[in-house]
Amino acid sequence: MSLAAKSNEIRMALTGNESVAYAMKQINPDVVAAYPITPQTEIVQIFSSYVADGDVDTVFERVESEHSAMSAVVGAAAAGARSMTATSANGLALMWEVVYIAASNRLPIVMPVVNRALSGPINIHCDHSDTMGARDSGWIQLYSENAQEAYDNTLQAVRIAEHPDVELPVMVCQDGFIISHALDNLYTLDDAAVQAFVGQNNPRYSLLDVDHPTTFGPLDLQDWYFEHKRQQAEGMKNALDVIPEIAKEYEGISGRDYGFFEEYRTDDAEAVMMVLGSTAGTAKDVVDAMRSEGKRVGLVKLRVFRPLPVAHLVRALRGKPALAIMDRAESFAASGGPLYKEIRSALYDCEQAPMVSNYIYGLGGRDIRPEDLRQVFEDNLRAAAAGHIEKPVTYLGVRE
Amino acid sequence: MAHILEIRWHGRGGQGAKTAANLLAEAASSAGRFIQAFPEYGPERMGAPVASFNRISTEPIRIRSGVTEPEVVVVLDPTLMRSGDVTSGLKPDGTIVINTEKDPGTIREQMGISGFRIFAVDANRISVETLGRRIPNTPMLGAVIRATGILDYDAFMENMELELKKKFGGRPEIVQGNLEAIRRAYEEVQSE
Amino acid sequence: MSDCRDEGCQRWQTPAPDATWRDVPRGGVIPRGGNAAEYQTGDWRSARPIHDADLCIQCRLCWVYCPDSSILTNEEGEVIGIDYDHCKGCGICAAECPKEGAMTMIAEEF
Repeated sequence: MSLAAKSNEIRMALTGNESVAYAMKQINPDVVAAYPITPQTEIVQIFSSYVADGDVDTVFERVESEHSAMSAVVGAAAAGARSMTATSANGLALMWEVVYIAASNRLPIVMPVVNRALSGPINIHCDHSDTMGARDSGWIQLYSENAQEAYDNTLQAVRIAEHPDVELPVMVCQDGFIISHALDNLYTLDDAAVQAFVGQNNPRYSLLDVDHPTTFGPLDLQDWYFEHKRQQAEGMKNALDVIPEIAKEYEGISGRDYGFFEEYRTDDAEAVMMVLGSTAGTAKDVVDAMRSEGKRVGLVKLRVFRPLPVAHLVRALRGKPALAIMDRAESFAASGGPLYKEIRSALYDCEQAPMVSNYIYGLGGRDIRPEDLRQVFEDNLRAAAAGHIEKPVTYLGVRE
Repeated sequence: MAHILEIRWHGRGGQGAKTAANLLAEAASSAGRFIQAFPEYGPERMGAPVASFNRISTEPIRIRSGVTEPEVVVVLDPTLMRSGDVTSGLKPDGTIVINTEKDPGTIREQMGISGFRIFAVDANRISVETLGRRIPNTPMLGAVIRATGILDYDAFMENMELELKKKFGGRPEIVQGNLEAIRRAYEEVQSE
Repeated sequence: MSDCRDEGCQRWQTPAPDATWRDVPRGGVIPRGGNAAEYQTGDWRSARPIHDADLCIQCRLCWVYCPDSSILTNEEGEVIGIDYDHCKGCGICAAECPKEGAMTMIAEEF
């Protein structure tokens, strides 16, 4: 993502939560149903003030739990309404069964998720244990480095979700507190440009289309369930074509260019780091500092985790000597974090695959310092020189 | 990489440390700077020590780590000086701006502080006289602008007026009271 | 693209024997109303209700109680017989019938 902007864009100072609420206002969805949970609460609180002020036409439902929030938007989306909710951590966990139903019913719901540690012990700060747990739920997942990306991803998510080749719900992830509660600069589009970009929702089926009565969610047993799952997998595969198309169109109106991932100074890099979310910003500063010392280090910031752009990643990583995968979640597999597992597996058939190591960091909001990231790069430069990795999985920043 | 000015605000829950950091960031952003403002989130309670942070630069800011070695520390409540935490990590040539009726020399002597540049302003008195209440956060902004020179004073006041009108549009006496508080603190802040 | 947004899908009924995952409506929806009528639940029946039009007093309690809408009526709403394609033979009609012999259950033959 470049920091470019078109001349008609407005430079603002907003927190991540404010930027997402503002994007929702500009999208003007038909239905929003949500329940508050730290650190997501502000998104819905701010959006509810837009509703109260008459700035949006949205039907806003204050429900009694996240399970009800997701159920309400499933019903609304089945009725053909452009529907959104937002949550974090335990809220996502409480909506769990309906999260799967949203995806399997192919409902294009957009849900900002403000990443927070999923208890326990109870903790309100950032890690990715909540959305990593939902990685097999059938939702597309976009991760954001800062308020700008949270805003841009929210707008693009609407188009990705509703695309006729996809028809899947999308989680737009941003790091709790680090992004959600930090005032940050960003450029926003004007309302007309957003409306022109998101356009009209044109659902394939609608419960409100009384001329074509439709049943959603019927019993589907051994005879056809598997076929529907196969279709769902195809939708996720199609998203690999659709996400870049939408990004291209979005670049046309914003000047900001989004790929599946961002490669930062990876050409000729001996040690490459892969991260999700806000840590990418800190890592770029570390890359610049180390490059100025002549050290060949680079960064891959993954934006799209679902679907996983395996072929593109393999092309980008082939021939790099060492790759450090940063996981802000523990999968309790006793063998590394979720991103590590997936990327390492993706590289299995790659010729000249990098040596891959894993760093689990930042759980429960533990600060990740530039010197921590520098240590990761130094470890991997050493591994690249020596030709082997000493320690496959490291807990970074924990009291040993 | 361009220089990033890092500021840490110390206050007590309810004194507006978060709001002060946000107002400074918004004013700096309006002046074309790149900014971050974020509070330290924990179990907030009225009166408990809290902190918030600013980063200000002429170029986009990418770092997302906490601020641990600020150049400037602002103390909204002088009783926080009793614990040594306010100078923790402060750069040796850093600046402390304190809300206190004492003068900088007295503070240095009383607290046994060596190094740092100390600025003092009685923001409590100023806020009582201009706003009728003890809310030291906005006058402290004026003191910070003076002590650091990070923003042009006139441009800062114009931006503050816009921001305050956004927040208190229907109550011009609050807008004017705050502007007056900032102006007075800017003028009354003392250095050694 | 894998599946359809066309009229073919709107008219979708039971998939053909050679249908694949590409041919069925997305998300498992049933994009057509009233198709429960196509499911011949009459096959489930082991006991058969017999309506005797001569004894029937047209109280229509059988029509009210039938859980499968299988009591046939004419335009005046009078009971004229049983929809054996869908009647599952539950016997509620006979149990509710207040007139001796107007609705009786007999064993289904095979």
